[in-house]
This record gives sequence, C-alpha cells and structure tokens, in this order.
Amino acid sequence: MSAPTLSPHKAAPPPGRGAGSRPNASREAFVRDLRRNLSAHGFLIGAVLCFSFFSWYPMVREFILAFQKTEGGETTWAGWSNLTTVLNDPAFWQAWRNTLLFTGLALVLGFAVPFVVALVLNEFRHAQGYLRLLVYLPVMLPPVASVLLFKYLYDPGYGLFNRVLELLHLPQQQWLQDPDTSMLSVVIAATWMNMGGATLIYLAALQGIPGELYEAAELDGAGVLRKIWYVTIPQTRLILSLMLLMQIIATMQVFTEPFLLTNGAGPEGSTTTVVYLIYQYAFNFNNYGSAAALGLILLVLLAGFSAAYVRLSRGGEDE
Amino acid sequence: MTTRTLISPAQLARPRGKFLYWVVFVLVVGLFTLVFLGPLYWMVSGGLKTTQEVVQSPPTFLPKTVHPENYSRAWDVMDLSRLLFNTLYYAFGALAFQLILDVAAAYSLSKLRPVFGKAILAMMLVTLMIPATVLVVPQYLTVLDVPIVERNLLNSPWAIWLPSVTNAFNIFLLKRFFDSIPRELLDAASIDGASPLRTLRSVVLPISRPILGVVSIFAIVGVWKDFLWPMLTLPDPSKQTLNVGIYSLSNGVPENVLIAALTIASVPTLLIFLVFQRNIMSGLTAGGLKG
Repeated sequence: MSAPTLSPHKAAPPPGRGAGSRPNASREAFVRDLRRNLSAHGFLIGAVLCFSFFSWYPMVREFILAFQKTEGGETTWAGWSNLTTVLNDPAFWQAWRNTLLFTGLALVLGFAVPFVVALVLNEFRHAQGYLRLLVYLPVMLPPVASVLLFKYLYDPGYGLFNRVLELLHLPQQQWLQDPDTSMLSVVIAATWMNMGGATLIYLAALQGIPGELYEAAELDGAGVLRKIWYVTIPQTRLILSLMLLMQIIATMQVFTEPFLLTNGAGPEGSTTTVVYLIYQYAFNFNNYGSAAALGLILLVLLAGFSAAYVRLSRGGEDE
Repeated sequence: MTTRTLISPAQLARPRGKFLYWVVFVLVVGLFTLVFLGPLYWMVSGGLKTTQEVVQSPPTFLPKTVHPENYSRAWDVMDLSRLLFNTLYYAFGALAFQLILDVAAAYSLSKLRPVFGKAILAMMLVTLMIPATVLVVPQYLTVLDVPIVERNLLNSPWAIWLPSVTNAFNIFLLKRFFDSIPRELLDAASIDGASPLRTLRSVVLPISRPILGVVSIFAIVGVWKDFLWPMLTLPDPSKQTLNVGIYSLSNGVPENVLIAALTIASVPTLLIFLVFQRNIMSGLTAGGLKG
C-alpha cells in the first residue's frame, strides 16, 4: 500500500476516530470528507455504470452462460454438457490447429518483420518520416477496404500477385482458394494491415538505446550482427517480450481478417479460427452456452499470457 | 546531432560505407513505396477501370480508359453517404462519451481519490486481461436486454457509444497523465474556492491537451476500424457502418464499383492520419510501451 501522503485531503481523520477529544473538528472533517467523496464518486459514476453493464456484468455472465442451456425460451443448468459439446466437435481441433498456425505464422511475420524493418529504418539519416508514414498508412484503412483489396490482389485469375509471380517466372498460386496457402495468405494480409504499430513502437525503443553501448562493443571488435545480439536485443528485451505476449494474445483472438477474406471457414475449413467457431455457435446455431464454454477455454489459455504481460510491464515501470 | 546507432559514423563516412548506405537506402525506399503505396494505387486505379478491364488477365497497370463515374455510381449504389454519416455519427458520439466519462473517471481516481477508488481502478484494469472476444457473446446478450432498465439497444447508437466508454486503457492513460499534474496547482485552485468541476475545466483540461488529442484520435479510429461488434449490434442496413455495409453489399456489385467504394471509404481516416500523424505516432509510442 502507498505511504501516507501529506495532502490536505488525506490529513482528514477517518470518521469516528478521535471523536472524543475534538468533536466539532472531527465532525467538520467528517462532513468535508463525505462531501469530497460524494463529488468524487459523482465524477466516477458514469464510467462505473458503463463498466458494470458492458464489462463486469458480461464477465460474470460469461461464466454462467457456459453452464446453461437455453431451449425454447427456457434456461436450464447444463453442467459440463456445453463443454463436452465443444470438445466433441471435430471443428474444435481444426479451429485450434488453424489458430495456432495463424499465431505461429503471425509471430514469424508479424513479430520479426516489424523488428527488422525498425532496425533498418533506424539506421537511415534520410526520409525516416516518409518511411514511418508509409508503414503506418495501412493501419488507418478501414479493415473492409484492406481486406477486400487483398481479395482482389489475391485473385488467381486477374489478381496482381499472380501477375508479379509470372513476371518473376515463379509458379502461380491459388492463394486464398487453396487450403495449403489460405492461412498464409491471410497472415500476409494481416501483417500488411497491422505491422505499422509494432514497427513504430520498436523504432521508439531503438532510439532509446544509448550510443555509447555500440561504441563500447565496437572497441571490443564486434560486428553488426554481434552488436544486434549483445546490445540491441538486450536493450530492447522488455519491449520485445511485451510485444511478443501482446501479439500472442491478439493473434489467438483473430476473427476479422479470416472472416472477411475467406468468409470465415475458408477452403476445407482451413481458416476457421477459434473465435470464428465461437461466433458460429452463438450467432449461427444460437447455442450461447457452447459459445461461452469455448470462450472460457480461450480465456483460461490466454489468462496465463495476460498475467505474464502484467507482471512484466509492472516490472518495467519501476513504480 | 543524430543519435548513435548500429553502424558507426566512421564506417558510414568511408566511400564504401557511403555507397552501401545509399544503395540500401534507395532499395528500401523503393521497396516500401511499392509494398505500402502499391496496393493503394491499385485500389484507386482499379476504381477507374471498366468492369471488363478490372477483371481481365493479365491486368493493366494504367487504366485504358478512365471512368470516374464508377465513383459516383459506388456512392449511389452502396448508399455511401448514409454509411459515412452513420460511421461519423457513431465515431463522434463514442468520442464524446469517452471524453466526458473517461476523463471524469480518471480525474476522480487521480485527484479526488474517493473511497474504494483503488479497487475500482483495479477492477477496470482487470478487464484489460480478459480477451475481448470472449466477452462478445455476453455483451451481445446484454445489449439485447440491458438489465434493470430492460431496454433493447439493438440498432441503436447507444450499443456503440456506451460500451466504448469501458476502455480501461484510456482511463489508465489519462490517470497517469493527471497524476503528473502537480498537486499544488490544484490546491491553489481549490483555495480560490473552485469546485472540482471548475478545477477540472479550467486547470486540468487545458494542460492535458496532448493526451486528450491522443485519446480522441484513438476513439474515432477505434470505431472506424471495428467490424464484429457493429455487425452484431446494427443488423438494420440503414444503421450500418462503412465496414459492415460495404461488406454486406460486396457480393452484389460489379468489381470496379466495389473497389471505388473501398477507395471512398478509406479517404476519411487517411485524411485524419495525414493531418494528425505527429500526434498519432507520438501517442502510439507513449501508450504502446505500457499496453
């Protein structure tokens, strides 16, 4: 807990204590305290109500829903049956495989590419503003625009990508329409759309590294790769690990990109993700219980990453 | 003076270093322009092609004949004025709610320090740890029938505005900023007899302009980019946002008209970005480190 402060507000004795010695003063303090608290809670009430209705209550409800069944307008307790429904659904394992594949690919592309890009951009003395602007540009597009644009670019017949492959004398691809390449295509599009934020955060972190460290490494005869390994990465370790956790948390919840690019399921269900499955249970099959049960599984899995994230970011804050 | 980076200035100053620097630089600038502006060019020019040309193989890099009327057709066919208006209406409404309620909450938690303030803040921050998609189903059910008041918010802007307030990250960001405002400044105002509201308005808010700018931009962009939530809560086509409306109409219109519509839909946020890029980028790195 925080140490007692000298602020005038905190100096007011808590109500009820010290009442014997100076009844008037403490009564005054009590009234002052009450009034201060009333106005403070007045400022809070709007946000607290919104949180109650749209965050806290749904959080509790998610747990309740997972163990309930609603049929013909009648809600009954279902025990673990929602969970077994979810676990016995063949789509369950496929959705997890797809989601992990997306997360894995997104880590290779979406985590590594922005870092390398930031490393390169940080070396430039010219046009850095322009390059930063370019990288962040797609982040500002409405997702429907970037996604449908990529659908157009990916088209096996008239798309630009196959044309480029043809010019390079490479074999043409079916992109989104082939179960082997569909997820990779989704990840490429998602990386293009979203890498701007991560790149800028890495750039800011790189600019915080003291130059003397590189000088010292040079005196020891370190080349570029060794400098990256022994100076850059250790110096940005906190940001790197935070971004890694954030990426994992975000990519395991991917929905919009596969939903829009491949209508959710993709060829042979190759892009069905866990969240798409939740969506299907809830909004196509009206089975809120199973949707909530699957949501809880996702929640339990991601809670570990969230906890690690919070611990790490606390540690980095030195408060 | 520039900061020292990976490659030493001495190395760069040598002829070989200079040459390599410029080769890599030109390559990277060219590649980036191609990768990030190329698709945008493809979108703008695709919207100018005829229906046949846009689906012809191999594709043309320059439209053979220019058809700007695709854009006006897209505007009419997809009812873009309505979709744009809706999106703006939701975005600025969400902005207003977030600015009023989140700023008030952060101010209260930071400076007025009510009883249970710490617990309330902690409970708000806990929501950051729950994956957002897990809450979509119970949130949707709440919107269908809001407890106590027993109202159905489906197809109403409140379904966008009120949940947008529950942005714990905003409150956290604002609170941290308010925490850095010296106590003495507020005490001086309170000695002068200013009420908390008055102090907020005439002392705290003017100093907080930078952070308010960041929060505002992210509030607007957040609504502009959201897809799943508006798709679920605004099923009525006349109430939809750009993202949802264009998506649901995308199969029924010719490709070139669709691409023209995408271009139009991209213009507003790109404009916001080009005007406020400095604030957006600094806000991103200020907030990004923490969360």
